[in-house]
Amino acid sequence: MPNLVEIHDLHFSYGTRPILSGIRMDFPRGKVVAVMGGSGSGKTTILRLIGGQLAAQKGRIVFDGQAVNPRDFTLMYEMRRKMGMLFQHGALFTDLTVYENVAFPLREHTRLPEELIRDLVLMKLHAVGLRNAAALKPSEISGGMARRVALARAVALDPQLIMYDEPFAGLDPISMGVAANLIRRLNDALGSTSIVVSHDVHETFLIADYVYFLSQGKIVAHGTPQQMLASDDPYVKQFVHAEADGPVPFHYPGRSLEEDLFRGVSQ
Amino acid sequence: MIGAITSLGRWVRESVSNVGFATRTFFALLGASGGLLRRPRLVTDQIHFIGNYSLVIIAVSGLFVGFVLGLQGYYTLNRYGSEEALGLLVALSLTRELGPVVTALLFAGRAGTSLTAEIGLMKAGEQLAAMEMMAVNPLERVIAPRFWAGVIAMPILAAIFSAVGVIGGYVVGVLMIGVDEGSFWSQMQAGVDVWKDIANGVIKSIVFGFAVTFTALYQGYEAQPTPEGVARATTRTVVIASLAVLWLDFLLTALMFS
Repeated sequence: MPNLVEIHDLHFSYGTRPILSGIRMDFPRGKVVAVMGGSGSGKTTILRLIGGQLAAQKGRIVFDGQAVNPRDFTLMYEMRRKMGMLFQHGALFTDLTVYENVAFPLREHTRLPEELIRDLVLMKLHAVGLRNAAALKPSEISGGMARRVALARAVALDPQLIMYDEPFAGLDPISMGVAANLIRRLNDALGSTSIVVSHDVHETFLIADYVYFLSQGKIVAHGTPQQMLASDDPYVKQFVHAEADGPVPFHYPGRSLEEDLFRGVSQ
Repeated sequence: MIGAITSLGRWVRESVSNVGFATRTFFALLGASGGLLRRPRLVTDQIHFIGNYSLVIIAVSGLFVGFVLGLQGYYTLNRYGSEEALGLLVALSLTRELGPVVTALLFAGRAGTSLTAEIGLMKAGEQLAAMEMMAVNPLERVIAPRFWAGVIAMPILAAIFSAVGVIGGYVVGVLMIGVDEGSFWSQMQAGVDVWKDIANGVIKSIVFGFAVTFTALYQGYEAQPTPEGVARATTRTVVIASLAVLWLDFLLTALMFS
């Protein structure tokens, strides 16, 4: 099966508020695929649906040939052992050191001797450049470093799928470049598949093999980063060139200014 | 009028739904506790942690409650010329009622709020979600060890409270007021029954341990993942756990001593 993850006709809503409608996506093995779109477009929801943390109202998600079923805890826990996820702010366990955070999945899921766990943890930390920060607590490291530790923890069990939720958000340009480089390098070194949810065009286009653009719960464009840069689609153009107004309006939808100024007082 | 009925209906529906959800979580928690037999260290670490949280406040409170019992008991018993029964009064008050109840109330305020805030902040910081994505059940890894630690720590803390309280009563009654030391201890020895008084007190404190610790953990686990949500959950822990302790105390007292 060439695709590690496939999404078929996916519909999801929070109560009556639709988030995703009729999504169809493929994530080929060994590739870095980006899911881009503005805030609230449903990007993170896709990751949570793939991880089985949310259940779709309609549609199907297939991971490694098996349908994702959030109600089947045994199946989901089995599937999640093949997945790694980097949360937006790292989600490190604040009561554990950097070393213990990375060792956590290894201790939970393997019966490896402590010496081997130590070697694996140090190798993972070395890969993200933080071997010498092993003894520090999450409160003692910067946001960018926390993100890298979380990345080391996410790949501790050499997962087939690595999901990144806004890996570049709030990082300085150096950390952003380091994070982008790491995502590509780790993906290729581990032979895994990566899904990067981001709205950072520059860094994402540098590392992605394929890009999906989401708007209002629908895929509005998809293709390689080069195709997206050359796209005439108004939404893609607005997003890629960071234009203030366009298909995504500057003003929150509602009454016009005239209506508010001239009728607002009487209401 | 219709608005009031609608609000009442919504409140009833939400209350029933909350109770149902809490019950389901409680059974899921019990189901997730089996794994702790293989890793008892998770529980012992938490007993150490939770016990340390509450030990000082419980020991100091026990001492002062013992002081007050010594004083009040002496003045009351003195009217009837029975001050030699002071030791018995102090011991029975502590082992039957004050030890378990005051310990549970202090535990709710000290360790309970801390547990709610800890779990609520773990949820807000996506630590519980991260754990789920690592195929680790947070109920088994985080909630269950803290729950059983609370249940085990409560009777130990109540015993410490009662023991320190007896010393407090002794200091005030015997050393300061001058009640006969022999009478103080012998009346206590003769009047306190191991099963009827001490064992019932221990049963009460175990039940309170279940109620307070589960309330604290559930409130944290179900908190809105925002600073305001965690603050509200912490307040709810104190209110619900305290009321539950007082209500359960009445129920258990009626069952045990009627």
